[in-house]
Amino acid sequence: MRVSIVDYGVGNIAALLNMFEYIGVEAEAVSDHAGISRAEKLVLPGVGAFDRAMENLRSRGLVDPLNEAVRVRKLPVLGICLGMQLLADHSEEGEQPGLGWIEGAVVRLDPGEARLKVPHVGWSDIRPAAATVLFPVTSTPERYYFVHSYHFVCRHAADVVATISYGDDICVAVSKDNVYGVQFHPEKSHRFGMRLLTSFAGV
Amino acid sequence: MRPRLIPVLSLDSRRRVVKTVGFDTRTYIGDPFNVLRLFNEKAVDEIVVLDIDATTDGRSPDPGFIAELASECFMPLAYGGGLQDVATCETLARLGVEKFVIGSAATQPGFIAAMSRCFGAQAVVSCVDARGAGLMAQAVVRSGRQALQVSALDHAKWLQDSGCGEIILQSVDRDGARSGYDIELISTMSRSLSVPLIALGGAGGQDHLFEALAAGASASASASAFVFYGSLRAVLITYPSAEDVNRMSERLVQLQRQETQQEMA
Repeated sequence: MRVSIVDYGVGNIAALLNMFEYIGVEAEAVSDHAGISRAEKLVLPGVGAFDRAMENLRSRGLVDPLNEAVRVRKLPVLGICLGMQLLADHSEEGEQPGLGWIEGAVVRLDPGEARLKVPHVGWSDIRPAAATVLFPVTSTPERYYFVHSYHFVCRHAADVVATISYGDDICVAVSKDNVYGVQFHPEKSHRFGMRLLTSFAGV
Repeated sequence: MRPRLIPVLSLDSRRRVVKTVGFDTRTYIGDPFNVLRLFNEKAVDEIVVLDIDATTDGRSPDPGFIAELASECFMPLAYGGGLQDVATCETLARLGVEKFVIGSAATQPGFIAAMSRCFGAQAVVSCVDARGAGLMAQAVVRSGRQALQVSALDHAKWLQDSGCGEIILQSVDRDGARSGYDIELISTMSRSLSVPLIALGGAGGQDHLFEALAAGASASASASAFVFYGSLRAVLITYPSAEDVNRMSERLVQLQRQETQQEMA
């Protein structure tokens, strides 16, 4: 099944296309209504500031087609990094509302220890909350690459599917029904990322 | 938090990976694609590619070449050399570059702030080239040829306030020396910054990489430590094994625990 990567001017599209090609999953970048309408599965990447990303989605007329694809057609969607934060209702980083597909807010990291810097940059072992589609195996620790200054706080604990420890335990992966999100960068996380994107492609 | 170890590849104007000593004498290491592939196989944490002649030659980055480099990287890629406008960086971002290393252009008024607005602070890395040692070290630009008339420490703080998400501290004097990092400056600077500090310049092996982390660096970067082997500097691409990194990580945790206890006592 083909994966469609939403290209809205923020996010590392090439890195995702590279990795999907490497793992043998057909993938394409889509940047308009027509592209989203023919999608079977979506990836919503994103890097940078929250408001700029939402404004880009709006100005390109992508919010309605995305809502239709995710809420009505129930396509599986994976938000990555800022793309995961856009799934929330709102963010401390901006004024714009988010997509609101998973109830919660995005707040600034505040690890409370001088040696834990913000942004959090680097590799962390994640702890799956339970065996899920994104993390079917919980026995071996998986390590992912993070670059972020904000993190997702879910309204419902059941939507949290993985955490890391960064000062406090913070949520780094969410899922609810057909909506998935990860704070880290699977496309930059070697074999762990390949495993995760293969799992998502098989949803 | 795992220790972050970053190989740095310096490219010359002929796109060869070279290793400098004191920003000067160069040793040929290899073809960039071969070297990148080897690091990719070793699953390195992150990689920094610097075109060290771009600013001097007045060259802009070549998108086709960088797209090819990025397609080899299943790990984060930072690119630097000749970056001085946001539009060029937008092109590179689309091709797969995660982070932009800004050196000489960082002092252009408003450039760092504009980069940070466009890509987020986490994508904007400034490289502070420091000549001299410790708190006396001075910031220099243009491959070490021009002094900024400000201390490396003050320059780093200014870069952070301007919107950089990470600072690379590179010692010019220790470049290629393989005798260890400038621990005093790393220690002071990391305590003065809220953003991550990446130590560069001087490492010859794993012990040195550890020393910088123990002094407070968020990451240890090096060329020599990952491309040379033995006192004769035989070219060999190496990277610490997962077990080595785990040991480093445990030693760091112990050290932090001791420091916390000392502070409380």
